[in-house]
Order: sequence, then structure tokens, then C-alpha cells
Amino acid sequence: MADVTFTVDGKKLTAPAGTLLIDACRTAGIEIPAFCYYPGLSLQAACRMCVVRIEKMPKLQTACTTPVAEGMVVQTETEEVKQSRKAVLELLLGNHPLDCPVCDAGGECELQDMTFKYGAGESKYIETKQHREEQKWSPVVYFDRPRCILCYRCVRVCGEGMDVWALGVQNRGVTSVIAPNGGDHLGCEECGMCIDICPVGALTSDTYRYKTRPWEMNHVGTVCTHCGDGCKTTLGVKRSNDGMEIVRGDNRDKSGINNDFLCIKGRYAFDFANRTDRLTTPLVRQADGKLAPVSWEEALTFAANKLNEVRSNRGGNAIGVIGSNRTTNEENYLLQKFARGVLGTNNIDHHRTADYAAFAAALKGKANREASLRDFISAPAMLLLGNDPTEQHPALAWQIRSNVRQNRARLYVANHREIKLRRQAKAAVELPQDGYASFISYLAGNDGAFTGNDANDFREALRKEESLVIAFGSEFRGRDIQALVEFGLSMPNVKFACLGDYSNSRGAADMGLLPDLLPGYVPVASEHKFAEETGIEWPKQPGLDLVQMLDAAGSGEIGALYVVGANPVARYGVDPSALKNTFLVVQDMFLTETAVLADVVFPAANAYEKAGTITNTYGDLQLVKKAADKAGVRSDFELIVRLADKMGADPKKLVPFGKGVRADFGQSRGAQSGEADRHAVWLSANHLEPKLSPFDPFAIFDEIQRLVPSYNVPRLNLLAGNDEHVKSELVQIDTTGSRRDLVLPANDGLYTSGTLGRYSDKLAEVLASKTTEIAETAAD
Amino acid sequence: MATEKRTIFSPELAARFDRLVTLYPVKRSALVPMLLYSQDEVGYISPEVIVELADRLDIRTNDVESVLSYYSMLRTKPVGKYNVQVCTNISCMLRNGYGILEHCKKRLGIGHKEVTPDGLFSLEEVECIGACCWAPAVQVNYDFYDDLTVEKMDQVLDDYQAGRGKVTV
Repeated sequence: MADVTFTVDGKKLTAPAGTLLIDACRTAGIEIPAFCYYPGLSLQAACRMCVVRIEKMPKLQTACTTPVAEGMVVQTETEEVKQSRKAVLELLLGNHPLDCPVCDAGGECELQDMTFKYGAGESKYIETKQHREEQKWSPVVYFDRPRCILCYRCVRVCGEGMDVWALGVQNRGVTSVIAPNGGDHLGCEECGMCIDICPVGALTSDTYRYKTRPWEMNHVGTVCTHCGDGCKTTLGVKRSNDGMEIVRGDNRDKSGINNDFLCIKGRYAFDFANRTDRLTTPLVRQADGKLAPVSWEEALTFAANKLNEVRSNRGGNAIGVIGSNRTTNEENYLLQKFARGVLGTNNIDHHRTADYAAFAAALKGKANREASLRDFISAPAMLLLGNDPTEQHPALAWQIRSNVRQNRARLYVANHREIKLRRQAKAAVELPQDGYASFISYLAGNDGAFTGNDANDFREALRKEESLVIAFGSEFRGRDIQALVEFGLSMPNVKFACLGDYSNSRGAADMGLLPDLLPGYVPVASEHKFAEETGIEWPKQPGLDLVQMLDAAGSGEIGALYVVGANPVARYGVDPSALKNTFLVVQDMFLTETAVLADVVFPAANAYEKAGTITNTYGDLQLVKKAADKAGVRSDFELIVRLADKMGADPKKLVPFGKGVRADFGQSRGAQSGEADRHAVWLSANHLEPKLSPFDPFAIFDEIQRLVPSYNVPRLNLLAGNDEHVKSELVQIDTTGSRRDLVLPANDGLYTSGTLGRYSDKLAEVLASKTTEIAETAAD
Repeated sequence: MATEKRTIFSPELAARFDRLVTLYPVKRSALVPMLLYSQDEVGYISPEVIVELADRLDIRTNDVESVLSYYSMLRTKPVGKYNVQVCTNISCMLRNGYGILEHCKKRLGIGHKEVTPDGLFSLEEVECIGACCWAPAVQVNYDFYDDLTVEKMDQVLDDYQAGRGKVTV
């Protein structure tokens, strides 16, 4: 829309016509306070805090509901305005308890801030305050009624934002109260958005309430370690007896690709890190058959000697390596380099949750065709094929809902289930479970491929779209992805997103945790730059995939298995006796079903306890920062380097540290960014060259950026905490061959997160409450 | 469509609701009239009414409850056959509205928002019913009685008691 010019506090401002005055002012750096106004939600105009004086208008006007107009003259901080705001505060404080010293929101409370600014210390109201006991509405949500200032943000974010509609307002006037849908409890998705958006401490979370004060924590913005969306989460950490403990997860830094959103896992399922049964010492299986704690030296030497023995007696191909879906890109790269360069094998794989290799092959050479998660907030039209984002990709579901609500984007859904996002869909088609491929063929013009009630209208409407993003689930693999991309490219301006599970499944595939492909999807048999750069001999023969490795271990063909942050025994239902003759080394946080069978177990750090980069399922590359710390554990990166060192490998060949190939600015990361980073800060402070540590993940990131063209993205933006999309067209995959389909979807819901999720007490509690809820409903 | 579904309303009212939801740009706008019509037929807004209205409008039951709890003229408990609503706002108050209210309380033996044991009468003190010119005024169900005195009020109640309905005044 055309711009209009207006004056605020004597400053000439310009904004598109239709912009709300409050937004226009905030954009120009003029702060207008508001409790009820929240960008992106419907207008309420309930709190009267945003009142301003507009010339030629009677009475004070609410800036949150007034669109800017040509020639408008506005005063935002006159005595009259101040007096009015002060009166509003006085009314709000009429029954607001002054329990700020114990309130969770104390120190980050909008009411407190406003009272501090406008002052309403004295009150004409002398009535006794009406106290109500706090109520527990769900395993995560508590409600303190007297603190509520009735801004209705929670009601709107739950309804409009989440499409859950679990909160309402009952009664009117002074007796108005926020009410949950279950009478005295909530039946909802437990996302905690209502708590985050509450300007005061009326809604508080079970994990954080009465634990600490905001100013006693360090706040570290990092990336959630659960699903494949890669939401930015801010972890509040506090010193504890054995390191730094995470006490809170929230979304106060809204710069992430998730915008305002965070689900229950990002907010509350960090608690696995604080569990008391975490492994904190290395374990080695003793002669009596039991795992016992030993020193690091002993465990590393033992594991290295055994691996050396297998390698020299039976060759590298008698060793298998299984990587993780949650470790960083640097760790994944390092692990495959270790497997190929030190162990001398291509037997390396991970639990594949989507066919990223086929997707890479389909997009090879096609620039700007992969959708970022950010594209779903602005695309004019979206096509969702398979998957249930509400359960599996909550941030994607949020972006889609917001886009439909705010921009009237058109959503097309084709699914074999009745997924919740169909409520936002302009058109929907129900497919048979195996009907995805034929449906794509139908969309591409093959009329005979599919028959369904609304299929024709669906196709007609879809083909009229001039710009479209397509998200598809693990229903699509191999040739189906190829066919889908071919169909998509027949339309103008189409982008694609391949939906996989877990925080760094994409990174695992991109970084070559595959038996036939190196980082950047370079075929192992091809001529490549890795050998030249690293001075290591890289095996050319494709190795065994994960299933073959497990079979080979059972039949005795594989003598040793190195498992990093994975639980294949549970995931693939391996019979424990099948691994009894395999020398098994496991790195994990817990004694999982796989770890308990191991001969050596190394206690590993999780993603919240290390630095590096990860790639979400859309190909958005982000920095993870070290937030927590646990005495006794080490990052997978460090463990791989130490193990290689003990095996006699040259750590400098593995991690190009101290070569001065490219200077790394240690100061661009904070002192909280991990051991290696602290080391780097110390080094630069002492005028020494940074990156002298063999445990610096950025030494490997340098190598990745040199050797994997798709990851050669601008670095500074990444270090500043923003996301950069990988250049997916620059992969070097050979598109001719066909590969075995090994995709095993994780099928996680909102309250599960693979093996890791089972170690979150909060998720377990919520799951249990949901099960009883369903049982109660069924009994009715 | 909706009429074929099981409904707790009479066929006439159900048909009326089927049409009502089509008259507004947004379906849920029909909620307030639907609540009023339901109350007229059922006598009050029962939990079953809430469930059916929510279902008809594609909203949640707590949305219905939010609207319902806002309006004091919507009831969630049954009232007597004759609901006596005595106005005590300013005009009626000046013309002995409180006297009328007290008299009704004494005669019926019940207080504000209570029902007689035989279920015949219920009493309510209400805000302005728009009959200020002829204060004091009382509304029994949808019938108005104005310019009342204690004696006239007695007669009104007698008529209802005897099942004569609105004959007086």
C-alpha cells in the first residue's frame, strides 16, 4: 500500500497506509506501552495503556487500533497521556498482589516495568485485595488468578495462534476470569505459549516456578535438540554443584526461525540434561561381565587398543560406525572422517528419517529451490503432502497457521490421515496410505492415476498458483521425491521442503554419515578433494549400511561397532545376543538399551552442552551455543579426537587446528561458548593464534566450508546467531544410481522425542496425564 | 443435514437454528440469539444446550460458556414457571421498587434468584427494564406490569397463582 506521512512527537515518520500507529511508532523507535496488544494477534484494545493524543480527535486514542493517516499529528508522552496511563496502572494494581519478590515474573514483568516508569505507588483504593489460591491446570501450566490483568493475550495465542482454543474468559467486569476448557484443568497441546506471552506472572510453568530469579541466570540462545525444525530456544542456566544446570527454556529471543513459537519440547524437555542417572564416568566391561567405572585414560586406551586390534587383524571393514541424529555437523563430519581416515572403512550410517540423499539428487544444480522454514511464514500458497506437522513439526505448523491467518495464504493438504492442519486448508484431499506417488502423477496431468472426490478441484486450484512451497513427509522416498520435484518444477516459483525427524538428521546426511556418500553427497568412489586436502587415504568401496552392519555384527563379519549418540538396539529391535561377539563402543548420556550391551561406554555431552552448527530439516544452518555444563562428560567431538589420538592417528590431520589456514575470530563467540571457545578467547587475549585446540569445532567447520560447497555460506551472520540456508544446489551427488530405501520415520508426537524423550521426566508426566485423560473420556 | 442429527430442541427450533447459522458472515455470530431461543424453550441453558450449540457453530463448549457467563439474562439453572423480575433501578427505586421487591420476597418466601418449592415462582432483582415512565415496573416472563403498588402486585401474583395468566393491569 501507498505510504503516508505523519508526525509523532515532532518527528516526521512514514509508513504504509493501514499500519497500526503502535507498530509504526515502535518501528521508528518510539516505545508505546501496551499489555493487550501483541503483534500478529487480533486486536483487543482492552488495557488502555497505549493511549496517545492525536490532534483533531476527541479524547485519547488507542494506538493499537488506530491506523496511521496522512498528516496525523501524534503526541505519545504528554502529561495528559502519562496521567491516563498512571490511572490505568492504579486500577490494575487495585487487586494485583504485590508479591513481586516471590513472583516468577519479577524482574521481567511488564506491569512492574510500567509501574516503575509511570509510578502509581499510592492508590486511592483501600479495599482489601481479593485473594484466590493458585490453580494447577496441567502438568505444565499454573494459574495465579489475582495476578491476572485480563489482557487476553493467552486466550488469543492459544486460540488464534495455536488453534487449540483451550482458554476463554468467563463472567464480566471485575469478576472476569481466564478459564480453561476442562473446567479446572486444560485439555491442550501443552505448548506453554500462554505462559511465555503472559505480561505478568499469572501463568507460570511447573518447571520454572519458584526456582530462581531471572537475574540469577545466564541466558544462552541456542537451538532446540528435539525435532527437525531447529527452533531457537533461550536456556536460562545457573551454577549447580556439578556444572551449569538448565533451569528454564523459553523463547525470549524472538529472532529465531520459529518467530514467537516454541513447543513443549523446546520449552520444558531440557530436563534430560539434569537427570541424576546421567553417565559421568567412562565405563568398561570387566572380567565378571559387568560395566564398571574406570579412568578416562584406561577407557580410551582400552577402546583404542581393541579397535586397533580389529583393524590390523581383520581390516577396517570389520569395523562399523553408527552416528547420531542430534550431534553437530562438525561432530558428524569428524566422525565420518575418523571412520574413513583412521578406521579405514565406509561402514558408516545413521538412523535415516527422511531420504535426504534422494532430495539432494533431485535438487542438484537447481538454485533457490529449497524452502527455508522462514518461507512458510510468507509464501502465498503452500502444499503439504503427508506428514502431520502439528505433531511432528510444531514450528512448521505454527508458521503455516500464522501465514494463513495473517496473510490469507492458501494451504493445500493431501494426506492419508485427518490431520489438524486441514482446518486451515483451502482444499484437502484424502489419499490412501500408499497413494502419494500416484497422486503426484495425477497432479502432473496423468488423469488416470488417481480418482477422488475433490481431486479435480484441488488440482485446478493448485495449478493456478503462481508461487508455491511444497513440504513433504517421509511418505516420499527415492524416485517419488524425484517425481515430485519434477512435477513442482513444471510450475513457476516452487520451493520444496523435505520433512525429517530429529534436530540434525539433515546434518548427518549432509555430512556423510552414509556408507556410499561423503560430505556434500560426494560418491565415495568418485575423485574428490577430501584426500588431497587431508592427506588421508579415503576408502573407495561403499560400505555397509546400518541394517547390514547390524546383520554383519550378528553373523560375526563385523568385529567392532562404534556407536555415537544413537540407540540402534531399541530402534531396530536388535536381539542383544546378536552383539555379544562384537566389541561395542558407545558414546551416550544414558545407559540406553545399546549402551548397556557395550564393552566401553563414554559419557557424552548433549547439544545444550557444546558449540557447533546444526542443520534443520529445511536446510537452515544455525549455531548451537554451549549453555549447560556437566562435570564428567565430554563432547562427542572431543571423544572422537581423543580416541583417534589413542589409536595413533595424527590429531592434526583429523582436526586442522593451529595451521593458520583461516583465522577464526574467537571474540565473535562469547566466553560461554564451550571449552574450546574459552580457550580461544584466552588465546586471543594473550595475543596467540586462536584455534590451537584440537577440540575446536570451528577448525572442522573451516574444513567443511572449504570442502563442502553447499555449506560455504556467509559466516558472520551465522556467528551473530542467525540462520543461513545451505546452498542445496551445490551437492555433488551422482543422480543415476538407485539406493536402498532405509528410511525409518521416528513417528514422534508432541510429547515424544525418540530415546532422548524417554529421559525427559516432564514429557513422561505430560504423556501420562494425556493417557489418563483419554481413559477418562473413554469411560464417559 | 443438521435436522437429521439428534437434537434436544423441538423440530421447529432446530429448523430455525439451521437457518439462523446461515444468516451471518461468521457462523458463531448466531450464538447469542441461539442462546436466547434455547433458554425460552428449555427454560435455562443446560449443559446439553451448550454442547449442541457448540456443535452447531463449530466452536468449543468453553467458547459458549464464555459468552453465556457474560450475560446476566442467560441462566444456567432452572427458574420457576413464572419468573418475577423486579426492577430497582433509579426511577423504580424512587417509586418504591424496593418496597415491591421486599413484598414479593415476603409473599413468595424466597430471595433474589431463588425458586419457590412448588416451582411456580422465581424472583429476581433486575436492572432497568426500560419502563421508567411507568415506574415501578415488574416483568413476569415476557409480560410487563407497571405503575405498581403493593396491592396491585398481590393481584398480579394471585392471577398467576390461579393460572389466569396476564389479566390484571
